[in-house]
Amino acid sequence: MSSPIQLQPDETFILNVGPQHPATHGVLRVKMEMNGEYIVDAETVIGYIHRMHEKMGEVKTYPQYLMNLSRMDYLGAMGYSHGHVLVVEKAAGIEVPERAEYIRAIMVELNRVASHLFWFGAFVMDLGGFSPLMYALQDREYILDMMEAVTGSRLTYCYFRFGGLYNDIDDDFISAARRFIPRMRKSLKKYHKLVTGNIIFHKRLEGIAPLTKEMCRKYGASSAVARGSGINFDVRKNEPYSVYPEFDFDVPVYHECDSLARYNVRMEEMEQSLRIIEQGLDKLPDGPIMPKKKPKLIKPPAGDYYQAVETARGSFGIRLVSDGTKTPYRLKLRSPTYSNMHLFDEACRGMMIMDALAFMGSLDLVIPEIDR
Amino acid sequence: MSLTLLNVIVAVVIAIAFAAANAAYLVWAERRGAARIQRRPGPNINGPFGLLQPPLDGIKLMAKQLLIPGGADKVLFIAAPVLAMFPAIMSFVTIPFSDSIVAKNMNVGILMIFAFASMGGMSLLFAGWSSRNKYAMMSSVRAVSQAVAYEIPMLITTITVVMIAGSMDLMEIVHQQSASILHWNIFPLLGNSHNILMPFSFLIFFTCTLAETNRAPFDLGEAESELVAGFHTEYGSMGFGLFFMGEYANIVIGSCMTVILFLGGWSCPFGLFPGVWWFLLKLYLLIATFIWIRWTFPRTTIYGLLNLSWKILIPLSLFNLLFTAGLIKVF
Amino acid sequence: MILEKTKSGLLKMFPEPEPVETAVEETSEEDEKKNASKEPRKNGVVERDYSVHGYHLDAQVSPEQLLEAVAILDDLEFFIESITGVDWIKEDQLEVVYDFSRYDFDTCRVVIRTRINRAAPVVPTITGLYAGANWHERETHEFFGIKFEGHPHLIPLLLPEDADFHPLLKDFKA
Repeated sequence: MSSPIQLQPDETFILNVGPQHPATHGVLRVKMEMNGEYIVDAETVIGYIHRMHEKMGEVKTYPQYLMNLSRMDYLGAMGYSHGHVLVVEKAAGIEVPERAEYIRAIMVELNRVASHLFWFGAFVMDLGGFSPLMYALQDREYILDMMEAVTGSRLTYCYFRFGGLYNDIDDDFISAARRFIPRMRKSLKKYHKLVTGNIIFHKRLEGIAPLTKEMCRKYGASSAVARGSGINFDVRKNEPYSVYPEFDFDVPVYHECDSLARYNVRMEEMEQSLRIIEQGLDKLPDGPIMPKKKPKLIKPPAGDYYQAVETARGSFGIRLVSDGTKTPYRLKLRSPTYSNMHLFDEACRGMMIMDALAFMGSLDLVIPEIDR
Repeated sequence: MSLTLLNVIVAVVIAIAFAAANAAYLVWAERRGAARIQRRPGPNINGPFGLLQPPLDGIKLMAKQLLIPGGADKVLFIAAPVLAMFPAIMSFVTIPFSDSIVAKNMNVGILMIFAFASMGGMSLLFAGWSSRNKYAMMSSVRAVSQAVAYEIPMLITTITVVMIAGSMDLMEIVHQQSASILHWNIFPLLGNSHNILMPFSFLIFFTCTLAETNRAPFDLGEAESELVAGFHTEYGSMGFGLFFMGEYANIVIGSCMTVILFLGGWSCPFGLFPGVWWFLLKLYLLIATFIWIRWTFPRTTIYGLLNLSWKILIPLSLFNLLFTAGLIKVF
Repeated sequence: MILEKTKSGLLKMFPEPEPVETAVEETSEEDEKKNASKEPRKNGVVERDYSVHGYHLDAQVSPEQLLEAVAILDDLEFFIESITGVDWIKEDQLEVVYDFSRYDFDTCRVVIRTRINRAAPVVPTITGLYAGANWHERETHEFFGIKFEGHPHLIPLLLPEDADFHPLLKDFKA
C-alpha cells in the first residue's frame, strides 16, 4: 500500500519506535520517518542487547560454550543448541547414538511448538486481541513443564551434549508427550476458530506487506517469511540433518506473500511438528544416549565447518573455524531473524504504522537472537 | 428557583457518585470478565472477589505524583482529563432511569447528551496535543477523525428514532415503547411505525457507541501495540485515572442511550413490574457485551475504521432515515 | 546440476591454466597441511566434501574479483546466508567469508572468501547486488575493522555508535 499523498520533505517527522515499545517485544528500535500515519523511510537500530556470543565462542572451550547457544533465543533455544552440537560433532567426528538423535528431534520440535505458540499469542496481541495469548501460554506451559522435568530448565536449556544428551527421557515424559499431541491438535482447532476465521484479523493481514521471492532471496530470508512468499525452503528438507529424513512431514508453503500467509505457515508448522513428535515417539529406539567412545578433550581438526539447522525462527547457520586447539578459532552465528528483520526497512516503506507493526509481528522477532 | 438549584446540585452529586462508582466497578468487572474469558482468576486478593481492588487502585493513583512533561501545555494538559470525565457526568443528569428516577428531565434530552458527548473528542485532542509526544499527537488525530466519523451515523440513527417517537424527550421515547417487547424500537412491530429496518439501526447505533467510546475493536486512539498508550501516554497518577474512569462513564452513557432509544428503557419485556431494575439489567447486559467484544476481537485499522463509517454506516443510516421518513409519511 | 554450473562459472574467473582444483579427499588433506605450514591459500575454486564441511564449493577470490564472483551467484539465484570475517593474524591477513545457499532442492552451498592485508583491509561492498548484505557488512566492519568500499551506511550496528574498537580481531584486548 503506497502513500496516496504527495510528500513534501519538510512535512515529515521522525518517530522512534522503541527501544521500549510494546510492539517490538524487546529492545529493538526502529527510526521511522513518518508522513502522518504513513512511513516514508525506516531505519532499524539493533544491538541494544548485544552480548558478543561470537567472541565468547573464541575464548571458551567447546563444552563451556554449550550453554551460550540457548541464551541466543529464549523461546526456541533447543534448535540453536542442536546446530552447535551438530557442527562440533561433524568437525570432531563424534558418533551420536540413534536414540539421542531421536530425542533431540523430539525436543527441538516440542520447543518449536512452544515458540510458535508464544509467537501466535504475541502476534494476535500486536493486533489488539489479548485473549489468545493466554490460551497459547497455557498450552506452552504444558510443554515447558514437560521439558523442565527432563532437561532441568524451562527456557535456556543446556540439554544437548557433544555426542548425546545430558539426561534420558523417561516414561513420564513419553506419556505426557503422547497426551499433549491430541490436546494440542484440539487447541489448534480452537485457535483457528477463534482467530483465523475472524474477519477483522483477515482484513488486517490480507495483502499487507507483500514480500516478493526476489526480495527474500536478496535478504536471505528463511522460515515462514520465505515460505509465506512461495519459497519451499526448509533446512530440514533441503539439507536433511540428524534423523529428519526418517520423518514424514510436509513443509507448508503459501504463495500469497502477505502477513496472513506467514501466519498460516506458522500455524501449519505446529501441526507438522506434532506429526514429527508423534513419529519420533513411535520410532524411538532403545539404547544409550551417549556414545561409548568419546574424546575427553574436544579438539576438532583444523578446518572450516558449516552447519545449518531449521530453528523455530528459520535457517540458523553456524560456522566453525577450527585451528585444532580446544577453543574454536572463529565461531560465526548466522541468526535467521537478523536477515528477516533486515527486510523490514525496505518492506515497510509506504505502509501505515499499524500495518507495519503487524508486519513486524509476522516476522516473529526475538531480539536477543538478532543481537547475539 | 432555589429549589431547582438545589435539585440540580443534588442531582449532579448523585450523578458524580453514580458515574464514579460505575467506572470503578466496571474496571473490576472488566478485569474479572477478561480473566474469566482468558481462564485465569483475575483480581481476587483484596476483599471478597477482589472487590476492594478498585478503591485501592484509586488510592494508589491519587498517591502518585502528577508529572507534567517538559514543554507540555500545562493548562490543556490538566484540563484534558477533567474534560474527559465532566461531559459524562453531566450527561447522567438527564438520563431517566425510571419513571421517577431522573435528575432533570428535559424535552431536548437527546440533544443535550449528544452535545456533551461531542466534548469527549475535544478532551482527547487536548490530551494528545498538549502532551508534546508524537504518539499522543498521532493518537489524538486518530481520535478526532474517529469521533467525527462515528458521530454522524450515530446522530442520523438517533434522528430516525426521534422521528418515530416524534419527541426528543427521553421519558417520552421510553413511554412509547413501554407496552411490551414488541413495542421496543429495536423491533417496532406494534409501535408507532412498522419499520423493518430498526434492528439494523440498533446495530449501527451500537457499533457507533463502541467507536465513540474508543472501545475495542475500535480503540485506535489508545492502540497500545502501535501508539504505546495513545493520548494518555504521558499521563500518570489521577490524570490517567480520570481518563480511565471517563472511558467507563462514557460506556455507561452510551449503553444508557442504547437502552433508552432501542430497548425500551425501564419497561419490562412482558409488561410486568416496570422499574429501574429492568433498566439496570439491560444496561449491564449491554456493558457485558462491550467487555466480551473487547476481549474477543483484534483491533481494526484506522482506514478500516474510517471506511466502515464513511462508506458503510453513513450511507446505511441515511437510507434508513429516508426509509423511515417515507414510512411515517405513508402511514 | 547447479553445482557444476556454479563451479564452471566461478572457474571462468581464473583463466590460469591450472587453477587449484583437485579431488575432494586430497584437498582436505592438503588444506590441513597448508594450515599446518601457515601458508596462505592460493585463489581458486575447491569442491569440498559436504558431509565433512557442510558446504559444496569453496572459492577464494581476490578482492577485485569479488563482485564478479558474487554476480555469478546472483545470476544463478543464490540467496545470501551471511558475511563474516576471520582474522588470520599469523599470516597478517583478514579473510572475509561470504556464504550463499539456494532455496530450491538443488542444494549447493557456496562459500566465497577473499583475503586482504591486515594493514589496509578494504573490500568492495556487495550491497549493490544483495541488499541484504548491508547489515552483514556493517557487522563485519565493526567486528573486524574491514572497510567495505561503497557501502551506503557503514556505521556500527551491534556495538555502540561511537565504538572505535574491533572486538573480533585476535589482538583485541578488552
